[in-house]
Amino acid sequence: MSNSSSSAASAFLVIGERTNITGSPKFAKALKAGDWDACLAIARQQVESGANVIDINVDEGLIDGEATMVKFLNLIAAEPEICRVPVMIDSSKWTVLEKGLQCLQGKGIVNSISLKDGETEFLRRAKLIRRYGAAAVVMAFDEQGQAATRDEKVRICTRAYNLLTQKIGFPPEDIIFDPNILTVATGIEEHNNYAVDFFEAAAIIKKTLPHARISGGVSNVSFSFRGNNPVREAMHTAFLYHAIRAGLDMGIVNAGMLGVYQEIAPDLLERVEDVLLNRRPDSTERLVKFADDLKAQQGGASKTEIKEDLAWRNAPVEQRLSHALVKGIDAFVEADTEEARQKYARPLEIIEGPLMDGMRVVGDLFGAGKMFLPQVVKSARVMKKSVAYLTPFMEEEKRKHIAGGGTAKPNGRVLMATVKGDVHDIGKNIVGVVLACNNYEVTDLGVMVPAEKILATAKEKQVDIIGLSGLITPSLDEMVSVAKEMTRQGFTVPLLIGGATTSPAHTAVKVAPEYAPGVVHVLDASRVVNVVSALLSAQKKPAFMAETVAKQERQRVEFGARHNKRPLLSLAEARARKPVFDWATVDIPRPEFLGTRAFSTEKTEGHESAPISHLPSPISLNEIVDFIDWSPFFSAWELHGRYPDILTDAVVGVEATKLFADAQKLLARIVAEKRYTAKAVIAFWPANSVGDSIELYADEARSRLIGHFHHLRQQLEKPAGQFNHCLADYIAPRNSGRLDYVGGFAVTAGHGVEQLAAEFKAVHDDYSAIMAQALGDRLAEALAELMHKRVRDFSGYGKAENLAMKDIIREKYRGIRPAPGYPACPDHTEKPTLFALLDATAATGITLTESCAMSPASSVSGMYFNHPDSKYFAVGKLGKDQIEDYAARKKMSLAEAEKWLGPYLDYNPA
Amino acid sequence: MNPTQPRPSAEAQDAFRRLFASKIVVLDGAMGSMIQTYKLEEPDFRGTRFKSHSHNLQGNNDLLSLTRPDVIEKIHSDYFAAGADMVETNTFSSTSIAQADYHLEPIVRELNLAAVACARSAAQKAEAASPGRRCFVAGAIGPLNRTLSMSPDVNRPDYRAVTWDQVVTAYTEQIEALLDGGVDALLVETIFDTLNSKAALFAIEQVFDARGDDARVPVMISVTITDASGRTLSGQTIGAFYTSIAHAQPFSVGINCALGGAAMRPYVEELSRIAGCYTTCYPNAGLPNAFGGYDETPADMAKVLDDFAARGWLNMVGGCCGSTPAHIAAIAEAVKGRAPRMLPQAARALRLSGLEPLAVA
Repeated sequence: MSNSSSSAASAFLVIGERTNITGSPKFAKALKAGDWDACLAIARQQVESGANVIDINVDEGLIDGEATMVKFLNLIAAEPEICRVPVMIDSSKWTVLEKGLQCLQGKGIVNSISLKDGETEFLRRAKLIRRYGAAAVVMAFDEQGQAATRDEKVRICTRAYNLLTQKIGFPPEDIIFDPNILTVATGIEEHNNYAVDFFEAAAIIKKTLPHARISGGVSNVSFSFRGNNPVREAMHTAFLYHAIRAGLDMGIVNAGMLGVYQEIAPDLLERVEDVLLNRRPDSTERLVKFADDLKAQQGGASKTEIKEDLAWRNAPVEQRLSHALVKGIDAFVEADTEEARQKYARPLEIIEGPLMDGMRVVGDLFGAGKMFLPQVVKSARVMKKSVAYLTPFMEEEKRKHIAGGGTAKPNGRVLMATVKGDVHDIGKNIVGVVLACNNYEVTDLGVMVPAEKILATAKEKQVDIIGLSGLITPSLDEMVSVAKEMTRQGFTVPLLIGGATTSPAHTAVKVAPEYAPGVVHVLDASRVVNVVSALLSAQKKPAFMAETVAKQERQRVEFGARHNKRPLLSLAEARARKPVFDWATVDIPRPEFLGTRAFSTEKTEGHESAPISHLPSPISLNEIVDFIDWSPFFSAWELHGRYPDILTDAVVGVEATKLFADAQKLLARIVAEKRYTAKAVIAFWPANSVGDSIELYADEARSRLIGHFHHLRQQLEKPAGQFNHCLADYIAPRNSGRLDYVGGFAVTAGHGVEQLAAEFKAVHDDYSAIMAQALGDRLAEALAELMHKRVRDFSGYGKAENLAMKDIIREKYRGIRPAPGYPACPDHTEKPTLFALLDATAATGITLTESCAMSPASSVSGMYFNHPDSKYFAVGKLGKDQIEDYAARKKMSLAEAEKWLGPYLDYNPA
Repeated sequence: MNPTQPRPSAEAQDAFRRLFASKIVVLDGAMGSMIQTYKLEEPDFRGTRFKSHSHNLQGNNDLLSLTRPDVIEKIHSDYFAAGADMVETNTFSSTSIAQADYHLEPIVRELNLAAVACARSAAQKAEAASPGRRCFVAGAIGPLNRTLSMSPDVNRPDYRAVTWDQVVTAYTEQIEALLDGGVDALLVETIFDTLNSKAALFAIEQVFDARGDDARVPVMISVTITDASGRTLSGQTIGAFYTSIAHAQPFSVGINCALGGAAMRPYVEELSRIAGCYTTCYPNAGLPNAFGGYDETPADMAKVLDDFAARGWLNMVGGCCGSTPAHIAAIAEAVKGRAPRMLPQAARALRLSGLEPLAVA
């Protein structure tokens, strides 16, 4: 962080001049060409070079000043690395200044106002500046013109000061005088004393006009030496040296082109100071001659070109490793690790020393909310690469000194697994990376891990903590089983619970009571290190567990209270309150085809024996990409916010933008190399509802029943005029006299995902591995969206839909596609029925686990409803009467139904 | 504008200032969550007047000041009964920009006038019930659903969904009506984009300027810190925020909403250190829990705010989302007798800000 981030006093403020069209030909060129990225890069570079404030000036005859100022300021507002510093809006046109003021959320500076147009206009503008909340540069300029001499400067500034502070109460500390830095060494004699005039005026103003500040455009002083940067740089440096001593508080300068006074060559300095301080009559000629000689020597080359910011490469190796870790740069890590290995006696010392030091910084910044998850995962990648480089040397060392040497002693051992029946592991992988980079030894058993294996491994590896993860609701039950089993086997290590459907409440109510040694819910990766370190600290653990247990007790009490508070309607009452449709008039579109249709990104040369209609229709990854909803992608990385707003979010915007760019890069590669295979199957079946179930028929004559979709109904009492919904309500009842249709789908983008992730993991790149999985999930969801669009088209009404892609992604169309296991139809066991009807495994390669999770993980399945009023809803809590009715319809035992719908039960099953 | 522009009585303004000088003032708690307890339906929101309005009105809480003033006044009364010294008018979204969602832009002035009337009536009744007691009404000015600092379209980061002039115009209409209704103070609150709040402050100053100094009422400002990084949604630190609004010479500045009190602690402390005016804090009743409710009990909230008060950080306390009259009663009881924060004597310095503050001392 530069000194500008501190609110403490800074000796001298550097106001960057490179975004001033009159001061920077490069900026002028980019601005005229409309190359906004280049303009932003110039602004960013100034801040990186240490500018405390940036000056923005777009005054140019052919440019629309107001529009350009507004556009550039708005663009800067989206760049946190630039707009963290205040802005100086610089224009000779008041309208441009005022438009600019309307874009600044911070307190900036207006440059400038003056008495040029008289007192009335001067005060009117000053009053507005105050109302907009900015400070003002006041030029030493009045109705007669620009002040050149010391006394004129002081006189005009004093008059302005008195007007501002006495007539309109302008705070004196918000006044910044610019007493005009004028060009010296022009060959005109009156100009020779200009620098001295400035120094003296500054000193007087500072003494006589309390709290006012002094600024100036420094480059002006050396204007007669343009083209000779070494001389100009020396002049600026020396000018500032004297001006600051006289009272200059800030200056508009090229932040990257300031030297150190003490480092100016003595012969050059002498001549420069002769000119600035007007010390001898021939000072101009002497400096001009010296400058020409210097230019000839150097061939006119400027030595002040700004280089790529690789200065950190010059630091000692420990600092380089730490820098690479904190910034997540892996380009040099192997070379740096090798260099460190040469320097240190043992490889372990590098891990325990510079590497862990760097990771501690990362951990602290992450904990403080100053770094975000994608950065941490990138840091971990650097760490892993360095450790991987050292590992062979450590093994070699071990072989050599069997008796000697310990091992890198981890902070603790953590075992992690996604429970039996569940295949989702992105969140768990992220937690693993975060733990590993905090020096915990992580054993990750992967997905679909049965309790026996988790517990056997825990014993074998003598782990200190067990962490369970899961995404689908049946996993909640599985976690309870693991907890029970841990109690039975006499475990004492803490149990961590995490994953999308888990919650502190569920953990408190269902899991914790089964395992006395301690169960802790971990909300996300940003919390896990705090939790684990507290649990493994003999000092902190008692207090931490006491607090956790107390919180869980409170949650149990609340849950109990909640659960008694709102009695459910009986199933009969709930059914009586179903929505009523006038089935005679409801629009029921007849789909273009009945039965199934398959799609695939694989070439469909296929079986010669297969009839053409059975071959999958081609789709491309490219067209799927268009349907991606990116918001959940950022959530997966714990960056919260809605796409695209998140890219410009003031807090996470920068990291979100980088993450998004990385995602686009990998996605392009996946598409170009066809790394993932996407497959889909969709279907329409003639159907009618009977009660809360839907009957599916083999044909429109309803000659044969081919299956049922059984649904559940909301039982919570609702306000009058609202209904108790059930998905079956959206299909015409058999007794309505009309035939309806229901759709089904199963899609996957998951073939190839695990392989690609494994390739990345093999080269210690967890960041890309997680990215590969996250993209697989997004593509699967996008494919579901794309197929839904096709389904609406096949149903007719979609063809007239005319929705922008962003509205499609926000599901602004008619119809829904609820998925079994999700709130509108929470029973996962409808999936086997759906899969059988679709012959989904054959068409798509998706299989179902014993918990009815789909494998590969990047898969989606569900049903389509075309009813114009169909909406997503949550079934919510269910009473025993409905579970009994449902079990009977499903032909399963009550106990089995209760097990699958556990989280939704409003009662404690026997 | 209005031929009979009411002026706040000098006596009331004086009493208001004396109140802040004498104690830690207690503001009310949440309006929205209290409205929810009445389980109002679309017809309640519509009343007879908007019976055939073209758009759904349920959820437009500000409209209830016109269609169910009994409910709004009762909520205010409950807060006064709980010990609040001041309530906020039910006008969080009473601007033409926010009401556009409901196609109710034409009635913005009425909404504000009606809301002030509900709060005023509750205040008068509370004063009548306990002779000698003073009860105040702050005109609430919310943040708008469109922002001046951020683009809603990632492909056009320079785009803005609304202009400065539009925002100033919308706020001006609300401010004129709140002042005409007779509020004791204006409270620009739940600020997540500083530029929007600067436009509100610009509008306030413009209205005061046009009406003359007698029309001025205290301007209170309250910002929302949205997450652990300690920044506003538009990216500013608390120090940068204060620097950005200090020109309005606010009567008070504070933090409300988003976080629970405990999580606000470092920012309240920082603000109390730097602010040259009174400081305020009215947090949510904790963070939303897994069920969308708020967990902090009256005792929890009172404990946190009392701790801040005991450290001399605050001049006014109250509650935001999820808080109830029971919370306010507990808070009022807890801070009773605590000395209000003393105003620090800040050194004059040029203070600037981007997302971060910069002082030239």
